[in-house]
Order: sequence, then C-alpha cells, then structure tokens
Amino acid sequence: MNHLVIAPLLLPLLAGIALLLLRGSATPMRQAVSLLATFTLVVIAFQLLLQVADGSVLVYRLGDWSAPFGIVLVADRLSAIMVLLTAVLSASVILYALRGADHDARFFHVLFQMQLFGINGAFLTGDLFNLFVFFEVLLIASYGLLLYGGGADRTRAGLHYVVLNLVGSTLFLFAVGTLYGVLGTLNMADITQRLAKISEEDLGVVRAAGLLLFAVFALKGALAPLHLWLPGAYGYTSAPVAAMFAIMTKVGAYAILRAHSLMFGPESGPVAGLLDPWLLPLALITVVAGTIGVMASKRLSQQAAYLVVVSAGTLLAAFGMGGAEAFAAGLYYLLHSTLAAAAVFLLADVISKARGNALDRLIPGPELPRGQLLAGVFLVIALAVSGMPPLSGFVGKWLILQASIGEPGMPWVFAILLVTSLLVIMTLARTGTMLFFKIEEGATAGSPVRVLDLGAPLALVLIGIGMVVYAGPVYEFGQAAAEQLLRSEAYISAVLQAATGGPQP
Amino acid sequence: MEALIAIVIGVLTASGVYLSLRGRTFPVVLGLTLMSYAVNLFLFVMGRLMIGIPPVIQENATYADPLPQALVLTAIVISFGMTAFVVVLALRARAELGNDHVDGEENH
Repeated sequence: MNHLVIAPLLLPLLAGIALLLLRGSATPMRQAVSLLATFTLVVIAFQLLLQVADGSVLVYRLGDWSAPFGIVLVADRLSAIMVLLTAVLSASVILYALRGADHDARFFHVLFQMQLFGINGAFLTGDLFNLFVFFEVLLIASYGLLLYGGGADRTRAGLHYVVLNLVGSTLFLFAVGTLYGVLGTLNMADITQRLAKISEEDLGVVRAAGLLLFAVFALKGALAPLHLWLPGAYGYTSAPVAAMFAIMTKVGAYAILRAHSLMFGPESGPVAGLLDPWLLPLALITVVAGTIGVMASKRLSQQAAYLVVVSAGTLLAAFGMGGAEAFAAGLYYLLHSTLAAAAVFLLADVISKARGNALDRLIPGPELPRGQLLAGVFLVIALAVSGMPPLSGFVGKWLILQASIGEPGMPWVFAILLVTSLLVIMTLARTGTMLFFKIEEGATAGSPVRVLDLGAPLALVLIGIGMVVYAGPVYEFGQAAAEQLLRSEAYISAVLQAATGGPQP
Repeated sequence: MEALIAIVIGVLTASGVYLSLRGRTFPVVLGLTLMSYAVNLFLFVMGRLMIGIPPVIQENATYADPLPQALVLTAIVISFGMTAFVVVLALRARAELGNDHVDGEENH
C-alpha cells in the first residue's frame, strides 16, 4: 500500500496539532513550523501527482480494511491535481499572511493547517460519509478563519455563512442517510455499482437523494441560486483568508464533478445523467448573476468575491457540458481561476492599506505611493481574471468555448461567456481608473506599499503565466484526467479490487 | 412503529425549517438544533428498526445494522460542536451589532 496517499492529510493535521501545542511560543517559531509544513505539502502533492500521472488509481485502505467495509482514500489524476493546487495556493497565501495578517493571531496557523487537512481530505476520500466529515473539518476551520479580526460586518457575514452551512450539512446527512438506506453502502465506487442494479421502485428515492446531494454541493460551489452567501463571507473577511477560500468553492465544484462523472455517470445505469438538465443552465445563470454583482460592487474585495462567483459559474458550465474536452477545459479554467481569484484578494488588501481612509471602496482616494507599480500589477491581474489574451484566463475561456462547439447549449455558452467577459473587463477598467487615477485632493494615503507585500500576488500571476507557456502539457494532463473520469470502471475496480483480493501488504 | 418515527422526523424537520427562517438568532439556533435532531433520528432508522436483535453477524441469524449507529454518533458529535459554535457566534453578533436580528438591523 502506498502511504503517500495519506501524507497530504497527516502532514497538515500533525502540523496543526504541533502549532496548537506551540501557541504560547514566539511568532517566528509558529511561522516557521507552518511555513515548513505548507512547503513540504507542495513537494508531497507534486510527488503524488507524478505517481498518478501514468493513469494508475492509488487506493489507501485505512487500517487495511478492504473496500466497501473499510474507509478508503483514493488518488486519481483529478484528486492529485486538486491537492497540488491547494498546496500551491496555500504556500502563496501563507507567504502573504506572514507579512502581518497572522500577528497577534495565536490560532491563525492552527486553523490554517486544519483547513488544509479538511480540503485535502475532501479531495482524496472515496467515501461519501467521510466527504461529509472532511467538509465539516474544513468548514469549522473556515468559520474560525473567517471571523479573525472581528468587526460588525465580518460578524454578520460570518453568522450567515455558518447558519447556511449548518443547514447544508443537515441536507447532506439526509442525502447520505437516504442513499445508505436504499443501497446499504457509502463507498462511492460501490454506490455507483449498486445504482446500476437499482430496482424500479427505489429509483425515485435515489434520484431525490442524488439531487439533494447536488443541492448541497451547489451550495458549497456557489451555484446560483445558492451563491448569495459568498459575496458577504468572502468580501468581509481578511485578505489571506479570502484568498484561501478561493479553493473552497472549488471543493464544491470537485464534488459535483465527482458525483456527475462517477455516481451519476455512465456506469450507474438508470440514474446516469441525473445532473445533466440542471448543471449547465444553472451555471450560466451563475455567470450572469456574478457579472451583475461585479458591476454593482462598491468595494474591490466585494468585486473580487463576485469574480469568484463568475469563475465558479464558468467552470461548472464546462463541467455541465460533459465529455472529455469540456472536463479538460473546465479543469484548466479551475486551476487558473483559483490562483487568479486569490491574487485579486491579496492585491485588494495591498491597495486597501495604501489608500488610507478610502480603503478599498471604489471612490476617489489619495494619490497612491508607488501607484504606478500597483496599477501595473492590477492591470496584469485584471487581464488574467477577466480572460483577456495573453494570460491564462484567455486560454481557459478559449478552451471552454472550443469544447462547447457542437453541443446543444453552444449558442448560450458563447453568448453568455463572451458578453460577460466584456462586461467584466469594462468594469475592471472602471475600477482601475477609480483606484489609481481619480485623485481626491487632500486625502491622505495610508502606509507606504512594501514591495515584498506584492510578492505573493505576483507569484500567483507568475504561475498563471507559466500555465500559458505550458498550456499544452497542462491541458493534456487535464484531458488525461477527464478521460480517467469518463472511464469510471477503472476507478471502481481499483477501489473494490481490495474486497476480492484480500489485504495486501 | 415506522410510521410513528417518520411522523416524528417530519414534525422535527418542519419545526426546524420554520424556526431557522425566523429573524432572530435564538429561534434560528433552535431551528438548526431541531433539524440536527431530525437528521440524527433519520440516519439511525436508515439501518431499519429492529428490537432485541444483536448488531453482530452470526450464521443464519438476523442482525441489526451497526453502521448507522456509528454514523449517528459521528453526526451527533459534529452537530453538538457546531451548535456550541453557533451559540457563541450569536452571542458575539448580539454584542457587536447591538441586537439579535440575523441581519443586525431591527427594521428588516
């Protein structure tokens, strides 16, 4: 058995516990531990990616109990790339957090590592109930992180976020319970097999459970009309936390993709394609709703939050079209949009600090120190996030549009994605003008920009540029991952093989 | 028996949904708690209702499914922790916003 599969879970868990024990120690000590753990995670995730790159499905049976009875962790191409994305994002975010956000916050790093534990667990688990548990782990860590720093707006947004997610968890349990009651299993591969042999009278119940599950994942993934919590929660929290949360909607998108391609995929017989009628239309509505939000935002971080909604809609539209090409395009866009959204949140914080009392509100403010540098970085990030050439957003959207050719929804996809891209770039141009060129006489600027603060956003942009230069290999990997998803019988047999083969060392 | 349990779960869920749609934080917390009770009960009966049957597999013997009990235990622990958290958060919101409305404003 390959122990590398469980390493992305154990490392943040142990680091989190160690940081909890170190909570009284000096800040540099805690920073060093957290930094070390996060960068080791990048190495481990990369190693894991190399191991699954040949198409093998790594299965880790906890306690060596064989699969449908025991709990399994499964790493295929999709899981591995998601874990690597999480690791890279968290490394950039932690570099930014070290610049000030984690000072006077004794539990910041503890919660941060626990959040990584939950996210990696959600990506790697092969068991529906464990998916619920890891959702709860990442959520409770996110509640703590979200509320860090306090303030009335943040508390109100946090209360909404917590209550909504608790309702979501309850629905999740109802769905899991129904599936278990009918099928007698919680292992996702086993569920898929048993769904194929479902009797006529149970079909309605199973479909209801499946759609309930979809509603829960849609809530996490910010699919309209369940996206309304996101702008408040992301827009009012501190910048490193919001940047880290960029991956959280992707956990929902990942769960939808997994359910869409595995449990309700081609192998599951009568319930195959359960999500097909819903995913693409709702995703396109999300894009439109998000774009309206971007245009109406009064603060830069709120605008960034609505950009997350737009990107969630765009990538779910790709997943909703189905087929290897669309999945691959969606995966490319997922990688790009997570990194780009995080960069916007971090940059919004830098700008906000430099603008004194104007903060990141979109009103005329003081002349910024090092304004040209900030404006330059803003321009690059805005180009990337809105999907203009030559940056990664353009490649992602291009791939999605290309994948939609020949699909029944093609006119809608083309019309909505192109018009909203135009509106987003116009709005961001207006935002840039307001932030950097509309000077209010007499307003005092905030603390001068430290160039090192721009390190993390720039690193994220550089990764994005790398994704353009190496667009070929990245897209090919996405295509390989998509084909693996579509041939789910390999996944199922890899997971369940342990049941017949008995325990192997 | 099944019908009674089903009615209980239904009533708990309906009350929970109603309460969690109220405008003050205290009824909302109560509503979430009722919903978590309902879902715990629901998970528990998903292993089918049986009386006086051991949760152990023996030859040629019926057995009660032990897995839902393990699931319920996990779900109870999680919902207990979450309830504690949301109570503290509601208190903090009351302190910071000056009232106990979920939107923090009286005139909504």
